[in-house]
Amino acid sequence: MRNIEEKRMTTDFAVAFVMGMGTIGPALGIGMLVAKGLEAIGRNPEAASKIQTNMILGIAFAEAIAIYALVVALILKFV
Amino acid sequence: MVADAIHISLSAETIFHVGSFAITNSMFTSSLVSLLLIGLALVANRKLTDTDRPTGLQNFMEWVVEALFSLVHSITRDVRKTNRFFPLIATFFLFILLNNWFGLLPGVGTILKTEPTPAPALPLFRAGTADLNTTLALAIISILATQLFGVRAQKLSYFKKFINFSSPIMFFVGILELISEFAKVISFAFRLFGNIFAGEVLLVVIAALLPLGVPLPFYGLEIFVGFIQALVFSMLSLVFFNMATISHEEH
Repeated sequence: MRNIEEKRMTTDFAVAFVMGMGTIGPALGIGMLVAKGLEAIGRNPEAASKIQTNMILGIAFAEAIAIYALVVALILKFV
Repeated sequence: MVADAIHISLSAETIFHVGSFAITNSMFTSSLVSLLLIGLALVANRKLTDTDRPTGLQNFMEWVVEALFSLVHSITRDVRKTNRFFPLIATFFLFILLNNWFGLLPGVGTILKTEPTPAPALPLFRAGTADLNTTLALAIISILATQLFGVRAQKLSYFKKFINFSSPIMFFVGILELISEFAKVISFAFRLFGNIFAGEVLLVVIAALLPLGVPLPFYGLEIFVGFIQALVFSMLSLVFFNMATISHEEH
């Protein structure tokens, strides 16, 4: 009984740790992307739609890294 | 506990068998989506009229095809290449988009199959792209097509990218290129699966925490994510196709 309880504790910690560490990189990446994107729109408002599309594509790529961490966390939690 | 009350399964579940072949709920749903797409295309094709002012279904289908065609053309900038890539890219986009959005319909994941009494009741529908098998299949198709387009455009010199004895550095780069082809398959599959599956989990968890009103903005987010992921998958495939047809000496 105690073993099971301990195992659950370590799994929960691993899940939290994976998500915490795995989201640092993408968070910085998305922050930089949006900052530069907005800077570019500020400098050249006519190109806003083009910049926005590419910015969102870039965000999707950066976000995918966080999603990998999420998949690992979900596998740990539910399998 | 909230986590015990909600049903989340990482893999798709078998709902019935055809002979000894197990049909999972996501296979069932993606077949439905395929049938829907094929049916729509057939109906639109049958009603096709030669007019300057298309209306209704024809107008809509022409808009879809033209938008996708100009998207492909904006990357390739070559009519022959566009004609070659367009069918596969458009199929990827439409199939993934419809699958992603089908998973958001009310009833998907909530209509349960209780006969013939499986111990936990299984959902009858599950978005096709919320199953790793579907996304892996799409990824493998995309990367295989990349190799085929590359060989078709450059003949055997395409393989110079992978096997190159001109210098030790180029040899090492070739090995890296070979590994990156396999890495592409994995990243394609996990990106799509992760985004769609995570979206479903997010909606389920939010609905379990606060059922009234609160899930609505997340629902909008998931519609957006479904579109973006379909776009990302097809755009990336397109860029890889395009890169494979350009030889290294040329640029």
